[in-house]
Amino acid sequence: MTFLRILPWQALLALVLCATALLNLPLVVTDAGAAAGTAWPIMALLAAAALLPLLRLPRLFEAAFLFVAVHAAAWLLIAAIAGNEGGATASFFALVAASWLLAWRLVTVLSRMRPRARGLDILLRLLVPALFGVWLLILWEAIVRGAGIPFILLPPPSLIGLRIANSLPILAADVQQTIFKAVLVGYALGCAAGFAVAILADRYMFLRRGLMPIGNMVSALPIIGVAPIMVMWFGFDWPSKAAVVVIMTFFPMLVNTVAGLAAAGAMERDLMRTYAAGYWQTLFKLRLPAAAPFIFNALKINSTLALIGAIVAEFFGTPVVGMGFRISTEVGRMNVDMVWAEIAVAALAGSIFYGVLALIERAATFWHPSVRGG
Amino acid sequence: MMTVKRAYSLEACIGAETDLTADTVIRAKGLDLTFQTGDGPVHALSNVDLDIGKGEFVSFIGPSGCGKTTFLRVIADLEQPTGGTITVNGMSPEEARRRRAYGYVFQAAALYPWRTIEKNVALPLEIMGVSAAEQRERVKRTLDLVNLSGFEKKFPWQLSGGMQQRASIARALAFDADLLLMDEPFGALDEIVRDHLNEQLLELWARTNKTICFVTHSIPEAVYLSTKIVVMSPRPGRVTDVIVSTLPKDRPLDIRESPEFLAIAHRVREGLRAGHSYED
Repeated sequence: MTFLRILPWQALLALVLCATALLNLPLVVTDAGAAAGTAWPIMALLAAAALLPLLRLPRLFEAAFLFVAVHAAAWLLIAAIAGNEGGATASFFALVAASWLLAWRLVTVLSRMRPRARGLDILLRLLVPALFGVWLLILWEAIVRGAGIPFILLPPPSLIGLRIANSLPILAADVQQTIFKAVLVGYALGCAAGFAVAILADRYMFLRRGLMPIGNMVSALPIIGVAPIMVMWFGFDWPSKAAVVVIMTFFPMLVNTVAGLAAAGAMERDLMRTYAAGYWQTLFKLRLPAAAPFIFNALKINSTLALIGAIVAEFFGTPVVGMGFRISTEVGRMNVDMVWAEIAVAALAGSIFYGVLALIERAATFWHPSVRGG
Repeated sequence: MMTVKRAYSLEACIGAETDLTADTVIRAKGLDLTFQTGDGPVHALSNVDLDIGKGEFVSFIGPSGCGKTTFLRVIADLEQPTGGTITVNGMSPEEARRRRAYGYVFQAAALYPWRTIEKNVALPLEIMGVSAAEQRERVKRTLDLVNLSGFEKKFPWQLSGGMQQRASIARALAFDADLLLMDEPFGALDEIVRDHLNEQLLELWARTNKTICFVTHSIPEAVYLSTKIVVMSPRPGRVTDVIVSTLPKDRPLDIRESPEFLAIAHRVREGLRAGHSYED
């Protein structure tokens, strides 16, 4: 029984699941009650992948074989269910689970690899999260199709992908309207205003005393209530959405910048005083650099807030374009795949926005212990 | 009573004016400083009289809370006295600060982590509006002076504590003020690094003929460096003894084993003991 000790637990469990699948054949039952789909190649692939560690191959070969086997198995499983949605048996789900476990094993093997070449290392670091994402989609696809979950509740990712591919011009127009106009303009104005007011509040005590509580109140305004009023003020087009984004992003920037301006140490300030430095010199040479980590925090928080604000604001009156408009009208028409397509695009845009900011932050605050690590 | 008081203060005024020779850099008369804290007033300085001449190396020594750092901060116009008078170069401390009369070295290096070493040293020069070419020249010269050539492009957090403190001394020297105020600059460093920096500091003082005020906890350090040692005692902070050193200006490290050195160290220790109250 030594092979029991050599095999990882994912492989052992996958073998048990393959055996369960074998006992519960067929894989898929058609509407007419006939058996469909060939389980043998799938089981052979998975069993081979599970027993692979017994050969004690180098890690790279093991990873390569696992990669091919689990994805081929997943492909065959999804192909088997196509056209017979909802007809999956216990055997089908057992094999889905087995391939998922082996994919887990694959990610484990990959994360243990320490390639010397820098390029390979970067590739590996991208591959592991990519595999995670891909398997999330595979499981989603297999479960939704296998169990025959109604399209309205949750469409399979393949259909969402198809919808994205078929509606690129519409999506591009929506992104143009919502992100490149409302979000970016509102974000820039809101962050700039919050920053400028923070500097003023820092310079003049009466502003700090008087303005901060009011700023606090503005941040507590419900955007659901504010959005229709902004539409009244600034019209149906993107400026009213940008105004909502300004209101949402102003306060986080104000609070963070005010806190950041207080972050410079007493000794560092005294030093400036010994040089008889003026207010603005101290601000630009000491206090703003010291505040940079706080300001970048606000920029990152605001990047997601701005997206939410612009999309929700479009629910309250808009020209016939925009991501929020599309979501609210397509859900009324039961075109759930279009709603999901917009969600996917928004998630992608938000991640890129955040990622770019995080990269700039790393470059700008390289000196901060949280970035340089210690 | 009134007349007597007025007579005293008049005398003090006249005294201050007539004795204001070019040789006196710092003159304190009856200096008082009381901090108002949540636990009531704290007498940081009480009736401190002290004259510091040009080119002197003066150490302030005493236990924690004796006001030695506070006195230095008053000279630097970082604290305002609540009584008495003090002049720096014949001016009020504020005026002296505005004229950039002194360089200040803090207990920690307080280098700005987003600036390289050379940029840190250039910071006061940037603020004072020195031309870029002269900045480069001065930064090079002062980094040479503290033996940090070759580390210009490093960031402070890439350097050891001793090197950081040397960079902060270079920063205080960069704009060539005649007065150097040092607040326990080597307090956080180990003994070997400290000896080395003490030697370098003496050498620098001999070369530049600056007036140096130096706060320390260490008796050997005070005796080794100073031409004048000011012994202070706490609660309220006051001067208990001023010892003029008889050691020659040229001081190798092993002078610390000479009988003369030990005699001065003994007197400092006696002064500290006398000033220390065991009542609390």
